[in-house]
Amino acid sequence: MGAVSAIPMEIESTQSQEAPAEVPAPDVPWVTVVHNDPVNLMSYVTYVFQAYFGYSKDKAKKLMLDVHHKGRAIVSEGSREEMERDVQAMHGYGLWATLQQDR
Amino acid sequence: MVAYFEATRDPEGGAAIALDEGEASVLRTLARQLLELIGPEQGPADGGDDPLAALFTEGPSEPPKDPALARLFPDAYGEPGQDQDDEVRRQAAEFRRFTETDLRTRKREDLLAMVRGLDEAGRAAEGDSPAVLTLGPEDARRWLGALNDLRLTIAVRLDIKDDDAAEAMLDFPAGDPNRPIVLAYVWLGGLQDSLIGTLLP
Repeated sequence: MGAVSAIPMEIESTQSQEAPAEVPAPDVPWVTVVHNDPVNLMSYVTYVFQAYFGYSKDKAKKLMLDVHHKGRAIVSEGSREEMERDVQAMHGYGLWATLQQDR
Repeated sequence: MVAYFEATRDPEGGAAIALDEGEASVLRTLARQLLELIGPEQGPADGGDDPLAALFTEGPSEPPKDPALARLFPDAYGEPGQDQDDEVRRQAAEFRRFTETDLRTRKREDLLAMVRGLDEAGRAAEGDSPAVLTLGPEDARRWLGALNDLRLTIAVRLDIKDDDAAEAMLDFPAGDPNRPIVLAYVWLGGLQDSLIGTLLP
């Protein structure tokens, strides 16, 4: 994450913009979502999160349990290109992953 | 079927397993079947042997028709199991064109590493003694991928769609025609789990 400027938002100028609400702003991050399936072993999903993302065992396990219990978990966020890379890697491991803009 | 992986003393990591002829044969058969399903490496569309042309060959834009392949090569955009609007379909198709060929190559190479390892261990085995297979770190990762892909495709064939279906499967009676493949599926899960155990501290 880059440094965030401390300059306050200019309320007036944002109000004057008339962009339709449903078009997401270009700086809204993309996320990689891993979906639950009954086949991938819990130990395997945890291993993939550790091996590919370099997450700690605790974090990897927590994400795995989110996938298992909630049906899905956001496992990474960044630019669209980065998320396409992550999704491709997840498919390589056999995990069911998609990317989307995090609205 | 009782063979499982154990860690080797290799400081770089690695795993070893003693497989009897039947176990090795089950793995080899399943790997060969999946290799056949994934299909051979696709050359450039015009069939020429220009290596540069191969770089610019685009992959498919539609998901595979075979449900097992569709699971191995899922859409990258859109909610699983839900209808896609035109924009999502366009994004999924574009992603697939640029990634599916590489993904197929990876899965093919993982399975080929498995077959190669089984063949080498089989040749080295003497008489009736089990073939001892030793995997270095790289091959261990390839085997892990291959075992997972085998389980994914068998699960599609057995129609395992949720955790309950997976558990119910274990209760198949002895005479059920699916029982051998169910047993293989359960064993593959144990194999995979034991291999993960050697890769993580």
